[in-house]
Amino acid sequence: MSGQGAFAGALLAPEAARPEALRDPSGARATRRFDVYRNNVAVALTEALAAAFPVVQRLVGEAYFAALARDFARDHPPRSPVMAVYGAELPDWIAKFPPLAALPYLPEVARIEQARREASQSADAAPLDPRALAGLSPEALAESTPRPHPAARLVPTRDPALSIWARNAERPDLAQSPPGEVLITRPKLAVLSCAAPAGTAATLDALARGAALGAALPAGADHAAIFACLFNAGALVPQGDPEP
Amino acid sequence: MTLHSKHLALAGAVAAGLAQFAGAAHAQEQEKCYGVAMAGENGCAAGPGTTCAGTASVDYQGNSWTLVPAGTCAEIELPAMADGTARMGSLEPLERDLPKG
Amino acid sequence: MQSHHLPATAGVGFKSAHFDELADPGAVSWLEVHAENYMVEGGPRLAMLDDLRARFPISVHGVGLSIGGEGPLDPAHLARLKRLIDRVRPAQFSEHLAWSTHEGSYFSDLLPLPYTEATLARVAAHVDEVQQRLGLRMLLENPSSYLVFEESTLSETGFLAEVARRTGCGLLLDINNVFISASNLGTSAQAYLKDYPVDLVGEIHLAGYAEEDDGQGGPLLIDTHGAPVADPVWALYAELISRIGPRPTLIEWDNDVPDFPTLEAEAARAAQVMAQRRAA
Repeated sequence: MSGQGAFAGALLAPEAARPEALRDPSGARATRRFDVYRNNVAVALTEALAAAFPVVQRLVGEAYFAALARDFARDHPPRSPVMAVYGAELPDWIAKFPPLAALPYLPEVARIEQARREASQSADAAPLDPRALAGLSPEALAESTPRPHPAARLVPTRDPALSIWARNAERPDLAQSPPGEVLITRPKLAVLSCAAPAGTAATLDALARGAALGAALPAGADHAAIFACLFNAGALVPQGDPEP
Repeated sequence: MTLHSKHLALAGAVAAGLAQFAGAAHAQEQEKCYGVAMAGENGCAAGPGTTCAGTASVDYQGNSWTLVPAGTCAEIELPAMADGTARMGSLEPLERDLPKG
Repeated sequence: MQSHHLPATAGVGFKSAHFDELADPGAVSWLEVHAENYMVEGGPRLAMLDDLRARFPISVHGVGLSIGGEGPLDPAHLARLKRLIDRVRPAQFSEHLAWSTHEGSYFSDLLPLPYTEATLARVAAHVDEVQQRLGLRMLLENPSSYLVFEESTLSETGFLAEVARRTGCGLLLDINNVFISASNLGTSAQAYLKDYPVDLVGEIHLAGYAEEDDGQGGPLLIDTHGAPVADPVWALYAELISRIGPRPTLIEWDNDVPDFPTLEAEAARAAQVMAQRRAA
């Protein structure tokens, strides 16, 4: 194995042998000194995950989160040097982590935090001003093709994960949010989270695939409520050509 | 429903949605929010603390994962589900489900 | 504020918690940001950087290029960096004599490399590639060391001088790293600075360290950037500035980040050292 391969292999694996050609100033094998690097990597990855998933950390506690982060990092070392995107797989990983099976809402809270992070880093775009739709004829409205805002994310929840998130993120305004669809957006600089009516996810999916507005809303859903939600959250942008 | 009545229904739904539109109220979470961290940061400093964070061997397989969450999850009792059954998220079921070390 | 060089004054590593207080920056006349933290598509981080660069000269400091890596530089990361540099048009760009990526996995630390003819050729080729790709002259920073490689045949100062000679790059001298390495490896910081090619210094870093136990009854200094600059590091700095004159000097404080006045006081102290030299 190459020098850096051996070094890298031992960084995230505490049971692995430390590389041999490293010395302390007395000429002895460097052990504790190699562990400085192990510590640095573990601490940096744990801190990156804690910054992105502060509510998950608060829910399980700092010590538990640190141990969980170390296990996660061994399964998913970063594939990019950009720590701002590290940990996208954490929600699904938590869902499959046996010791946390009794907290079914935890992966859902993690998905909300991941969606909020993605929204905070997505491309900027001016949201659709819905008043522009008011002047369209019913036919033109049905053929119009607004698209999801680059920041818009929909997180389905079975447990009241948005409420749990809100109670742990000092957001009393959202503390009574019901389970169901959670819409995350960022019309300007601030990330917004809100409970969305059933069918909002399907609507955004259809618009993202290129559907026109007249074909985007699922039957049986409360279309007025979906529009009110999408308009108020700034979840649409105006551009887009109709499906050929 | 004819195509035309479908279009009218859509226009009605958009109008109803617009009636609830709070203008630029998507600024409810204040705009000057540069300080929001919300993501990991890269640094060039060594991790604080001791040299041991990366050396502790924790492996939940083999029943040696004995840590128990100690955060606010312990305080959460989930409200009743839609079908009326209560849903508990407290430590009680967690301890039951944990492998015995 | 576009400037082609960092001023020979004091700057600080930018922390978003200090954004509001930078309206009254005191002795802080320029800012350094970590490149990787701004490699996003949009949103508040980039908006904040746009705001800052209108008011301060910006130094972009990369931490993830893995210039000392055995493998090739990551073209995707170089492209992200190029995009950021083109957007920010910083007064300066610097990176580390270290590696952090191996076979596509990123290890979030600045990892050490042996100093040999082979690693020298590799680092020089990578610095060359970065400078070509970005269209600028970069600075390369000396690491903090905790151990040595059996196979090393070159001194660190000789290694850095030769990389600079082959590539035309400048150097970022981290005096805290010099002090940490000398203490940890049982060598002399003064001798290091005597051998160091000071004419190539485009920027100086100062930071605080933590003292741990090396397990053999001695100290092991850790480069935490989590404390005030230590007195012996200030002494080395003052000695160097009196010898070579003022240079752009950065206070780095990344862990246990203090309130802005505490950070600003460190910058003011560096500014004072440079002012004394100017008056002399």
